[in-house]
Amino acid sequence: MKEYVWPYSNELGERTVDSADVLVLGGGLAGCYAAIAAARHGKSVILVEKGATRRSGSAGTGFDHWESACTNPCSKISPKEMAEAYVDEQDHYSNGIGHYIECREGYDRLLDMESFGGKIRDTEDEFKGAEFRDDETKLMFAYDYTNCYTLRVWGSTFKPALRKELQRLGVKVYDRVEATALLTSVVDGKKRGIGAMGMNVRTGRFMVFRAKATILTMSRPARVWLFDSDMPGICEFRPPQSIGSGHAMGWRAGVEFTMMEKSVRAEMSSAIRSFPPYGAGNNHNTWYGATMVDARGVEIPYLDRDGNELKDVSQRFHPAPGQKFFLKGGVIDEPKYDYRGPETMSFDKLMERGYKLPFYADLSRMPALERKAIWGMMVGEEGKTKIPILQNYTQRGFDPEKHMLQSYGTGWTSAQFLDQERQLFGAPGGIITDWDLKTNIDGIYAAGDQLFASDCAGHACATGYYAGRKAAAAADSMDFIEPSETDIQAEIDRLYRPVMNDRGYGWKELNKAISRAMQNYCGGIKCEENLREGLDLLESYRNEIVPNLHCENPHDLMRTHEVMDILDVATMILHACLMRESSSAPLCFDRSDCPEMDPERDRCFITIRQENGIPVRGVIPHDYFGDLEEEYEKRNQDYINNGRR
Amino acid sequence: MDKKDFHVSKVSCSAEPLIYDDSKCIGCNRCAEACMADVLVPDTEKGKHPVVMYPGECWYCGACVMDCPVEGALRLVHPLMNRAKFVPVK
Repeated sequence: MKEYVWPYSNELGERTVDSADVLVLGGGLAGCYAAIAAARHGKSVILVEKGATRRSGSAGTGFDHWESACTNPCSKISPKEMAEAYVDEQDHYSNGIGHYIECREGYDRLLDMESFGGKIRDTEDEFKGAEFRDDETKLMFAYDYTNCYTLRVWGSTFKPALRKELQRLGVKVYDRVEATALLTSVVDGKKRGIGAMGMNVRTGRFMVFRAKATILTMSRPARVWLFDSDMPGICEFRPPQSIGSGHAMGWRAGVEFTMMEKSVRAEMSSAIRSFPPYGAGNNHNTWYGATMVDARGVEIPYLDRDGNELKDVSQRFHPAPGQKFFLKGGVIDEPKYDYRGPETMSFDKLMERGYKLPFYADLSRMPALERKAIWGMMVGEEGKTKIPILQNYTQRGFDPEKHMLQSYGTGWTSAQFLDQERQLFGAPGGIITDWDLKTNIDGIYAAGDQLFASDCAGHACATGYYAGRKAAAAADSMDFIEPSETDIQAEIDRLYRPVMNDRGYGWKELNKAISRAMQNYCGGIKCEENLREGLDLLESYRNEIVPNLHCENPHDLMRTHEVMDILDVATMILHACLMRESSSAPLCFDRSDCPEMDPERDRCFITIRQENGIPVRGVIPHDYFGDLEEEYEKRNQDYINNGRR
Repeated sequence: MDKKDFHVSKVSCSAEPLIYDDSKCIGCNRCAEACMADVLVPDTEKGKHPVVMYPGECWYCGACVMDCPVEGALRLVHPLMNRAKFVPVK
């Protein structure tokens, strides 16, 4: 096989040490906003990103709607009403703090975005006169046109605008540097975050970052159950480098997590079963409200929550008679009656009534501006749609006025997965924090996808900014602490061993083995014996395979580190599953040895953290965050009174 | 730590996500700089398009095409199995 020359310098054995008041790990939406907040509050800031901040993260190439912007001038729902509805809808396995911040401050972040050069309203009057547009503000809404709390936005303009703003504010951005471990120290008998370590993924240079406060803004874990060695890039919904390294380094450092026992039957993996997101006929999310037809061209009815057939397209975007508002969005699947919105007739009923597969999305039957909002705006602005869907399908001849797009499976996922093919989707577990978004370790904060039960882009931006300002405030009373050289050496040994080994296992082989182990021992049905078998097997991988991993360059070394992180996260998940000794419907958690569903004693957050290598179980009651509005206002008068910055 | 030489060769993949048009590409490497998964590695010969070194790691997001300054120099194509079908409306 042809060997190419590695085009970047070889910096193995070299080290950079840098310091800032606030250190942000992860340069997606949450990380960029965290850095901006800390810089606005006068702090020196370092942001570390494994890709390139301009287009990296789950929303790097865009996103099309911003949920729960309850303080926008057209919203008829208050932040308190919306956040409380989420908590209720999620059976209290909900991050009330994160949701409330999203509802209360999300629109402020959109106004920020506009000032950075991002597009949040229909300034060119392309959609003038549309039912979903407010002609005064030119804001455009999705889902519930009566209540106007979710906005359609031009998300492909956002990341480049954020990157420019970081530069303008003097944030020091380290692109192509993976964060690999947190640095901690014990101060007055208490553990404190004092920075992080990492590696340049092109040159192999080792990095040490000293900081007074550190914010984790990386992604939820992925590739734990799903792996495809041919196309690892698309075996999960999120980008291939977003695999939960922040969770793994948090776990190793002793950060507390909750709901890690929750996983759902997989919904998205276009390497394994599904089609590219938003690229097949469906009527969810980006495509919400699309007209669906069956193989004969017969229209599939939309029903309101009482089963009444809706007469026209407009009714798909309004609450039912007697209902104030309905919930739709990234983490809402089949809401309770109170919040249930319009939906197409159930698949089983359609089969009973003789509807014929395959189904199609047929936008030609919709009003022109509704069609244009879905195909051209939403499909175009949502991540991974501008080029792979909108441009490619158009080049292939697709015209939404003349063609209908085939649907696969029975819903927006365009596939049916097996029960053991699981994914952290639909408000999964993550880091639990206090009202400052501070973890259990002083000096370490979390935001965005790393928070438990996290939501979408608006949530990432709002919680990122909030964590940035709280970390900035905390940095005022903190000093730099010199990291221990022993800790640094241990990390160097851990990180570089695979490139020093002359031969050994590749990262794909280990990732495949972990995902097989998790499907076998932590699938849809769990029990103690199986979970312990899983732990035993992963432990053997840790002892026998990890020391014998091998790769040839910094890129492959980065992928190897990712799989070492997946191994740690999988271990945490198995322990978390052992700690919940009952089954739970909201957590999609079935224990064949503990079949009792949601007994009163276990209706709580079970937390997990690692102390001296031993998993420690904790219990925190539901609604620990108190009254959302009251508790928020107690702690954020400075923000409320100082121009919401 | 000992200095070790880096080695790299193209990883095989059943799909070819990115196709360059040599007659249009100016070899500016903006696509490689945009790619968050770092699947593209600049060619050491100046003016040539980057090597799609890790095609299997492509996320199919299109950032590379979005940042390409020459229309048509770079095309992103889904794996064949993911090509969704469309038909004339009825």
